[in-house]
Amino acid sequence: MTFTELVLLFVSSIFVHNILLSRFLGCCPFMGVSSKLKTAQGMGAAVVFVIVLASLMTWLTYNYLLVPLHLEYLYTLSFILVIAALVQFVELALKKLNPVLYKSLGIFLPLITTNCAVLGVAVLNMNEGYGLAAALVNALGSSLGFLLAISLMAGIRERIEDNEGIPVSLRGLPMALITAGLMSIAFMGFTGIIK
Amino acid sequence: MSRSKFGIITNGILSENPTFVQCIGLCPTLAVTTSVANGLGMGIAATFVLIASNAVISLLRKMVPDEVRIPIFIVVIAGFVTVIEFLMKGFAPELNKSLGIFIPLIVVNCIILARAEAFASKNGVIDSALDGVGMGLGFTCALMFLGSIREIFGGGTWFGMPVVSFEPAMLIVLAPGGFIILGCCMGAFRAIQARAKGIGAAPAEAATGCGCCAMAKFCHKDKDECEEAKA
Repeated sequence: MTFTELVLLFVSSIFVHNILLSRFLGCCPFMGVSSKLKTAQGMGAAVVFVIVLASLMTWLTYNYLLVPLHLEYLYTLSFILVIAALVQFVELALKKLNPVLYKSLGIFLPLITTNCAVLGVAVLNMNEGYGLAAALVNALGSSLGFLLAISLMAGIRERIEDNEGIPVSLRGLPMALITAGLMSIAFMGFTGIIK
Repeated sequence: MSRSKFGIITNGILSENPTFVQCIGLCPTLAVTTSVANGLGMGIAATFVLIASNAVISLLRKMVPDEVRIPIFIVVIAGFVTVIEFLMKGFAPELNKSLGIFIPLIVVNCIILARAEAFASKNGVIDSALDGVGMGLGFTCALMFLGSIREIFGGGTWFGMPVVSFEPAMLIVLAPGGFIILGCCMGAFRAIQARAKGIGAAPAEAATGCGCCAMAKFCHKDKDECEEAKA
């Protein structure tokens, strides 16, 4: 891939194919931890960190372990193991090396193992047959898209939280889903910027 | 456990419906309900994995040390997901293509791990398999319901047959429609529940934070620490 293609891939993975609003990956944390802006940003940052690392590890696993051994069909099993081990390892390493960062990100790490965004990006990279550079760019773009969408969502939810006008049965999750739908319409506006 | 076998099945369909009540497994719910056939396919695949993994995990429950149970559960689930992926590729290649990435992602579907942890690791094999049937049916019904709404109003068809005479709204099939329709259905479900309990009764407390997180049950972090970080 040329440099221009990589830049286009980066922009498109943030805006056009936003991982949350257009690909529907990682909706659980999007709905679950988006009620406070600070928490949402912590979660988003942890996701950026883990997705980029996990994409690197799963790319290496796939291309240097599964392909030479003709075990491509075991990708689901090996990817999830790699991701689970990686998250555990990152947690231990952070705790030891950088307690300050651990305090702000550590809390979200165990939740990320079963976040479908991480496995989803790894599988997408494999399906698209990306090289290492493209896979990493796609991972970084997708996860930044996650951070962007969850921060926007949390900002909106903080504003509408105490709104008495919302019908009782729509408060909380249903309203968050409808908000996400409206955000998704807005993000559809980016569709045209990249062919 | 003194619940009847039948009660275990209906529990998953109604009172603990994974989509509308527990609000878990949202990603596949939103992504594959563009048509009722996709919803049905996804539902069947997830049900198969749920029943099989619940049964195996229930068999293993006395052998597995507590500290490593989650990785072991995930490996069992991933094994069955690989099986269903092969089966789909062989027998339903069209469906496999339209569900795409969401077949391998059944591994991280919170419903399956949550049931393994909450039910199968504590109950017998028969009961666990039945719980899988119930939860799977509940999930399938919810997917088909949403899929029907989106296909009829967004595409004008049902299982591919033309059914409406008005101009369908394309937006409902696209991503925004998924969010909005699910939000509206969830709201309606809550309103009906509140009415059934009696007028004036507060609807179920909206799940947010730890309560909503599917990992909450096996999150090894201290609850207070978690709340503190959120505040």
